[in-house]
Amino acid sequence: MGCECENGNSREELMNKVMAYKFAVNDMSLFLDTHPTDEKALCLHNDYVKEYDKLKNEYESKYGPLSFETEMDSWQWVTDKWPWETEVR
Amino acid sequence: MWTYNRNLQYPINLKCKNPKMAKVIISQYGGPDGELAASLRYLSQKFGMPDKKSMAILNDIGTEELAHLEMVGTIVHQLTDGCTAQELEAAGMADYYTDHGWGIYPQSAAGAPFTAAYIRSKRRSNCRFNRRFGCRAES
Repeated sequence: MGCECENGNSREELMNKVMAYKFAVNDMSLFLDTHPTDEKALCLHNDYVKEYDKLKNEYESKYGPLSFETEMDSWQWVTDKWPWETEVR
Repeated sequence: MWTYNRNLQYPINLKCKNPKMAKVIISQYGGPDGELAASLRYLSQKFGMPDKKSMAILNDIGTEELAHLEMVGTIVHQLTDGCTAQELEAAGMADYYTDHGWGIYPQSAAGAPFTAAYIRSKRRSNCRFNRRFGCRAES
C-alpha cells in the first residue's frame, strides 16, 4: 500500500483504524445480544459506532468505497484492490 | 440480507507462499469444523430459536462466521498464490491441483468436499415465540 501521508493518516493506517472500530462495534453488539440491558456496554457500543462512522466517511472520501451503498464519482468498485488480493512480494 | 464490506475482519498480507500450510488450513474453510459449516449452522439454526436473545446472537455470530470464512479463504489463496504446479505437487497438493488448480474449494484437509451433513438444524415445535397457548411443555 502506498504511503500517502496527508494530515496524519496514511491509507493503510486509516484502514486499520476503520477495521479496529468495526471490530469493536461487532464485539459490543454480540455482547449486547446476550446482555441487552447493560447500559455501560450500550454506551460503549454507541461511542464506537460514532467513531467508526467518522473514520469510514474519512476513508471513503479520500480513497474509495468500502461498500456499494456509497456515492462514487466513477465506478471504483471494479478497479480498487480487493481485500483478499496478494500484495506484491 | 447482507451487504459486502470491502475489508477483511482482520488484515491479512502474507509475505511468503507456503502450500504445505495451505493444504491443512483449507479444512478451516470447508471442513467439518470449518467456517462454512459454522456460518451455515448458526444462520440455519436461528430460525428455530425459542427467544429473541438467541435469535439475535445466532444471527450475528453466523454473520461474523462469514467474515471468518473470507479470512480463511484469503489465507489459503495467499499461501498458494504464485506457486508453480511443481511446488504444489511437492507440498502434497497434486490431488487438489488436479481438481481445483489454484482455486479455493470448500473441502476438508483430507479432500472431502463440504457437506451439509456437518451440521444439524431443527425446530422442535410449531409454537409461536410467545407461546401464549402454553405449548412450551409439548416442545
